[in-house]
Order: sequence, then C-alpha cells, then structure tokens
Amino acid sequence: MVPLSNYVILSTTVFVIGLVGVLIRRNFLIILYSIELMLNAANINLVAFARYTHTLTGQVVTLFVITIAAGEAAVGLAIIIVLFRRRSTTNVDELNLMRW
Amino acid sequence: MQGLFFSYFAGATIVSSILTVGLRNPVYCTLALLSAFLHVAGLFVLLNAEFIAAIQIIIYAGAVLVLYLFVLMLLNLKSDEIIVQRQWGIAIFFGFVVLAEILLAFFKSPLIPKDAPAPSTPLSPLGNTEALGLSLFNEYLLPFELVGIILLGGIVGALVLAKQKPGR
Repeated sequence: MVPLSNYVILSTTVFVIGLVGVLIRRNFLIILYSIELMLNAANINLVAFARYTHTLTGQVVTLFVITIAAGEAAVGLAIIIVLFRRRSTTNVDELNLMRW
Repeated sequence: MQGLFFSYFAGATIVSSILTVGLRNPVYCTLALLSAFLHVAGLFVLLNAEFIAAIQIIIYAGAVLVLYLFVLMLLNLKSDEIIVQRQWGIAIFFGFVVLAEILLAFFKSPLIPKDAPAPSTPLSPLGNTEALGLSLFNEYLLPFELVGIILLGGIVGALVLAKQKPGR
C-alpha cells in the first residue's frame, strides 16, 4: 500500500510547479495552464485524504473544484479573447491598460 | 504492485507538469497538460475514486482542453523569443522554499497518521458513483445548487465578455 505521505509529496510538488509557472511565464494561456495544474494538485490531495480517512467529503469537494475550474477556464479565455482583440498580444507585460 | 503503478503515474504527472510550464510552443504545452490530466485520472483510479477519474477525463481532457485548444488556434499564437520573465531564478528559488515549507509543516504535524496506511477494503459496499450520488444529493445539496449558479454565472459572463457589438 502506498502511504499517504507519498500522495502529499506528489500533490505539493505539482502545486509548486504550477505556482512557479504562474510566476514565470509571459504568455497568458500558459499562466492559465499553470492554474489548472494547481487545481489538479489540490484534487489529488483531496481524493488521497478521502481515501485514507474513509470518508466521502474529499471526493464531493473534488467534484466542485473540477466544476469551478471549468467555469474559470471559460471566463479566463473570454478575457484573453477580448484583450487580444485590442492589443494583438498575449504577453502579460503588455496588458497594461490600467497602469498609471 | 500498487507501488509500481503509483510510481509511474506520479513520475509521469511531475514530468508532464514540468513540460507544461517549461516548453516554448503553446501547443506542446497543451499536449503536456493533457498527459498530466490523464495521469492524474490514473491516480484517482488507484485511490478507488473511479467516478472522479471518469469525470476528470470527460471534463478536463474532453471539455476544458478542447476549449483551450480552440482559443489557441483562434488566436493563432506564435512561439515567443523569450518565454520567461526577468526574475525567473528568484521564482524557482521561491518555489523550492514553498515546497520545503509545506512538506516540513506536513511531516512535523502530530495529526496525520503517516505510518499506518489504510486497509485495502473499499469505502462502502456501494459503488463509488452510487455513494457519491447519495452524498451529493442528500448531504451536499446546497453546495451542489450553488455550483450550478456559479456555472450559470460563468456561461453568462463568458458570453457577455466575448460578444462583439453588432455592426462591427
């Protein structure tokens, strides 16, 4: 049997990789991908704890997280489409319409 | 045997996520993200959560990724010359610090039964789908309805944002 700490280490590693991706990349779409990675890491953690404490709460919350991630992906892509129409770039450094 | 499967799925998830974050061409990043999603679904199967694994593949690999690829092809992005910000070294160091911090907090905690792995009996005599359905519609009915409203807000918001004015 795989101990719980293996799943926690895996989930934390994927989360940190996603976090570094959000901080590092200049392309807005890859930043959205990294956010999806972070949500998946949280899902792994939730399902692992649901398995090891013999409850179902973690899996129900995982369903909600997947749903909200899908909704957030839709709205984020709508935002990037609107921004791309104005500026023709997906580089986040050049999306500075609100800078003073 | 389970350890072997877990090692493969975990290693492939980590490698796929590093490739998602590190590749230059956005389409390659999308394919690496697809691989990460599928291996996470494999991990869910290992954790006796078959319904969540199926939902992961259907929604993430089947809907979210298709949406991302659609927008990627619509915007017709080319690969940039520089793909990372100027402070990429500091960000990677920060990532290592956060990783060490979270793992330290986990392993020093007195609450987690780390050394007693769970017995391999299933969660309940019902199947995973049936147990989740009963739980979702009895105990968690209110969050279920609220997530439905959030989805409605997402649909309306995405439409309103991306709609072009008539006559343009």
